[in-house]
Amino acid sequence: MSEHIVKSYEQELAGLDDKISQMGGLAEQLVGEAFDSLASHNPARARATVASDATIDLLHRELEEQVILMIARRQPLANDLRQVISVLKVAGELERVGDLAKNVAKRAQAISGETHPKGLLTGLQHMTDLASRQLKDVLDAYAARNPERAMQVWRQDENLDAVYNSVFRELLTYMMEDPRNIGLCTHLLFVAKNLERIGDHTTNIAETVTYMTRGSLPEGERPKGDLTSSTLMSGPIR
Amino acid sequence: MDMRPDPLIMMTTQAQAPTTTPTKVAAKNVNVYYGAKHALKDVSVDIPEKSVTAFIGPSGCGKSTFLRCINRMNDTVASCRVEGLIQIDGKDIYDPALDPVQLRARVGMVFQKPNPFPKSIYDNVAYGPRIHGLSKSKVELDQIVESSLRKASLWEEVKDRLNDSGTGLSGGQQQRLCIARTIAINPEIILMDEPCSALDPIATARIEELMEELRHNFTMIIVTHSMQQAARVSQRTAFFHLGILVETGSTSDIFTNPTDKRTQDYITGRFG
Ligand SMILES: Nc1ncnc2c1ncn2[C@@H]1O[C@H](COP(=O)(O)OP(=O)(O)OP(=O)(O)O)[C@@H](O)[C@H]1O
Ligand SMILES: [Mg+2]
Repeated sequence: MSEHIVKSYEQELAGLDDKISQMGGLAEQLVGEAFDSLASHNPARARATVASDATIDLLHRELEEQVILMIARRQPLANDLRQVISVLKVAGELERVGDLAKNVAKRAQAISGETHPKGLLTGLQHMTDLASRQLKDVLDAYAARNPERAMQVWRQDENLDAVYNSVFRELLTYMMEDPRNIGLCTHLLFVAKNLERIGDHTTNIAETVTYMTRGSLPEGERPKGDLTSSTLMSGPIR
Repeated sequence: MDMRPDPLIMMTTQAQAPTTTPTKVAAKNVNVYYGAKHALKDVSVDIPEKSVTAFIGPSGCGKSTFLRCINRMNDTVASCRVEGLIQIDGKDIYDPALDPVQLRARVGMVFQKPNPFPKSIYDNVAYGPRIHGLSKSKVELDQIVESSLRKASLWEEVKDRLNDSGTGLSGGQQQRLCIARTIAINPEIILMDEPCSALDPIATARIEELMEELRHNFTMIIVTHSMQQAARVSQRTAFFHLGILVETGSTSDIFTNPTDKRTQDYITGRFG
């Protein structure tokens, strides 16, 4: 890509990308920390995680202001226009990812006193790993302006959905086995749902990368594997 | 036909898709030379009727040259030679049987530099309607002059001094006078070569509003160096570079997702 004749314009565009990468790094970190604070029953760590979401929110607001100013002052066109619009969208998605991670950390605080059934955390750990990896990959695709890589992430979200389905079923089983598990399991169910939603935001970023680089959104329907909205467990009614 | 949703069209309320309208001006393999200088190279393009087409491109790329081919203004340049076919409504405008004066009544032009006649403001506008016999009475001619000056958003500034010389107006006022003069004869096609380059934002907005109004009945071609103006007023955009027509497309495609790298580099202000 050739450079803009106006150097300050070039710098402003690069500045937007820097902030996205900063936000992305923080979001990734938050997702990992939120789960770790849950798994390690560490409420202090959970509180720190909740607090650092504020930084993401701040970056989001700064980016919004910068983009509005750039549209007013520079009237970007073509690939530049697609970049600034994409920055706005990606920043919004990352802000949501931050909120979801924060919510996981809040739940970690709420259930820090309870012992978790061992198997359950394995599924959630797996979801966290997948969600973090997907997020990292899509941010790399953004930075490298690589739509193929973004599309790969887009298609792979199915895997996260599949793990979510099995975690969902597992949690239902625990709840049916012993109603005393219901409080804990409900929190864990929301944690799983949050991780699944982080995957959805990641696919939105992947779509935005496609738009930014190619000027069009991906063709066709994304493969979706979340079946939980129609899942029912038949069991004894007590 | 391109079935993709058209973002600019969705954002404004401009209804019909520009690509479906019939062709008003068709150019096929047009080459223009000024002596040995090859100024336009093999330009072929269809310009749809009742819409605004914008010509953009760096200085010296041949935009004005091509515009001048469409009303045969180049005939008046001694060194200029035009090859290829240009049709209006399917008829060759370089047909020897065709009268260029008649052609220029159908194809009005606003020039890059304002060029009012050294006559009164009134006569500048009344000149065309008079020679083409467009009015039956003085009253009717007065009406044409007033409505043309109003459309060009000059009326309020000159209504009390219609007998002053047109050349005594400011640059921007002269340009609007020339626009009034052009629309006074009710041409089918209006060519505008950077009509707003000397105008303030309010006068520019009025001219753009005029274009929006006129495009429902006329075919307009505008040369502009303002990408934002091209994006605002036109339905189709053509990008010229070094005498070549690089890319033509719907304005929304050109400004959001151009096909050619040269187009992209030009409209985003990068080195080509
Ligand atoms: N009367 C002329 N005699 C000789 N060469 C000319 C004449 N008019 C234009 N040219 C040359 O033809 C080329 C195209 O000129 P043209 O005026 O069409 O450019 P343009 O795209 O309108 O540029 P600008 O944006 O500066 O108005 C230029 O290289 C110019 O020098
Ligand atoms: Mg010119």
